[in-house]
Amino acid sequence: MDDLLGEPWMLSPSVALRPEPFGALAYHFGNRKLTFLKRPELVAVVRGLIEAPDVRTALETAGVPASQHPAYAAALRGLAATDMIRRRTGENGAAA
Amino acid sequence: MTLTTDRPTERPRTGTLVEQFELGLDAPICLTWELTYACNLECAHCLSSSGRRDPRELSTAQCKAVIDELQRMQVFYVNIGGGEPTIRPDFWELLQYAVDHQVGVKFSTNGVRVTPERAAFLASPACNGYVDVQISLDGATAEVNDYVRGPGSFDTALAALQNLQDAGFTDAKISVVCTRQNIGQLDDFKALADRFGATLRLTRLRPSGRGADVWDELHPLPEQQRVLYDWLMAHGEDVLTGDSFFHLAAFGESLPGLNLCGAGRVVCLIDPVGDVYACPFAIHDNFLAGNLLADGGFQQVWQTSALFADLRSPQTGGACAKCEFFDSCRGGCMAAKFFTGLPLDGPDPECVQGYGEQALAADRVVPAPSQDHSKTSPTRNQPVMLQLLTRPPSQPPVSACAESPLSGFTP
Repeated sequence: MDDLLGEPWMLSPSVALRPEPFGALAYHFGNRKLTFLKRPELVAVVRGLIEAPDVRTALETAGVPASQHPAYAAALRGLAATDMIRRRTGENGAAA
Repeated sequence: MTLTTDRPTERPRTGTLVEQFELGLDAPICLTWELTYACNLECAHCLSSSGRRDPRELSTAQCKAVIDELQRMQVFYVNIGGGEPTIRPDFWELLQYAVDHQVGVKFSTNGVRVTPERAAFLASPACNGYVDVQISLDGATAEVNDYVRGPGSFDTALAALQNLQDAGFTDAKISVVCTRQNIGQLDDFKALADRFGATLRLTRLRPSGRGADVWDELHPLPEQQRVLYDWLMAHGEDVLTGDSFFHLAAFGESLPGLNLCGAGRVVCLIDPVGDVYACPFAIHDNFLAGNLLADGGFQQVWQTSALFADLRSPQTGGACAKCEFFDSCRGGCMAAKFFTGLPLDGPDPECVQGYGEQALAADRVVPAPSQDHSKTSPTRNQPVMLQLLTRPPSQPPVSACAESPLSGFTP
């Protein structure tokens, strides 16, 4: 299992999500990367990260079945690679 | 083209990203906004036939209202062009306003107003890294560039790049329209970009605007298309193309990018008077979706225009549907077909499988332009597209005293 599932994460502060019929478009104002979130469920997960104590809880809250958790973890790793989402640390670490 | 406002109420939730894009988005991804038709230059291939300011040009307040609307629609950045946008007196004010309202700006300029002071401003925290500068250059040498862009334009562009570099502005873009005359200079362009710490951006010559007048002379030859394709395949990661060359995908492997015509789906153009067109290369009444002053704002035009609804409905491949490469090139560029008088559901005029040449050889009527802001009388900046014949040194000029009827004749 991906360690990420047990960690607290959040949407990067410089990222804006624009809802689209297929999901959402994520834009990073810092590195100016544009990414497409191709499923509404993934959008719900990403939005829910900040409220959840860890990624697994965010997935469960968004109704993603456990069988799909590894696939979602991989997708989230992809988003982390361009700083669309980042791990909460320090005072950000606690769930809001 | 048939127009229809019928739109399926339910769109499929699955499908590839490209399939989703073909159905359109709630707001454009790549919006071009031409701030003025006024220009200090008179480039022979200007896609918007720019030169003179239009008296109906949007005012500063109207431009700011457009920026407010883009912010509400979450259009994260806008490509600003013209004309020459920097000769609008309020250009820098509008740039600052956009940046302050979370609308990043990438602007195209010939460099005329990129002074050391402006370069320092662009590199300063005031711009917050939200500004990209694209300097247009259509030749890696003054000879090739000035032939189409006008005398002195090469030096102006290089001075601007130098000013940006000296001010510490990183990663400027050098924007090149690929022509028959500069395809052989691709490596030189790359070296030039490296010299200024810039990124090279290559785009396709369209027969739009004044480009229609010079397209036959300037568009790359079929063998040059192959050279371009191979060069892009080798340098694809380091070079930007604005998804310009998807018609080359029919050579085989697709180039990086979306490889689809985004007109009215993910792309559109706002012109200086607020007219909204399907794409920057399609400034013509046939592709006019509406006007943001007359039709209730940009969002209204983007989301409800009948033209855009039609462009977002499933398209037929027409004559191209039978071609085995149709899935890769999707029939090529709509504007290139339209302005060469070819049917929109047939091959691109530069189809790399050769169908374009056949189509161009058939009966066709090149459409008349629906707007022209070219200067009415030429100025000293107008390119003169004539070349002096150079006589090889082995043949001295035939003097008036040479009486032989065969003097100067070399069989």
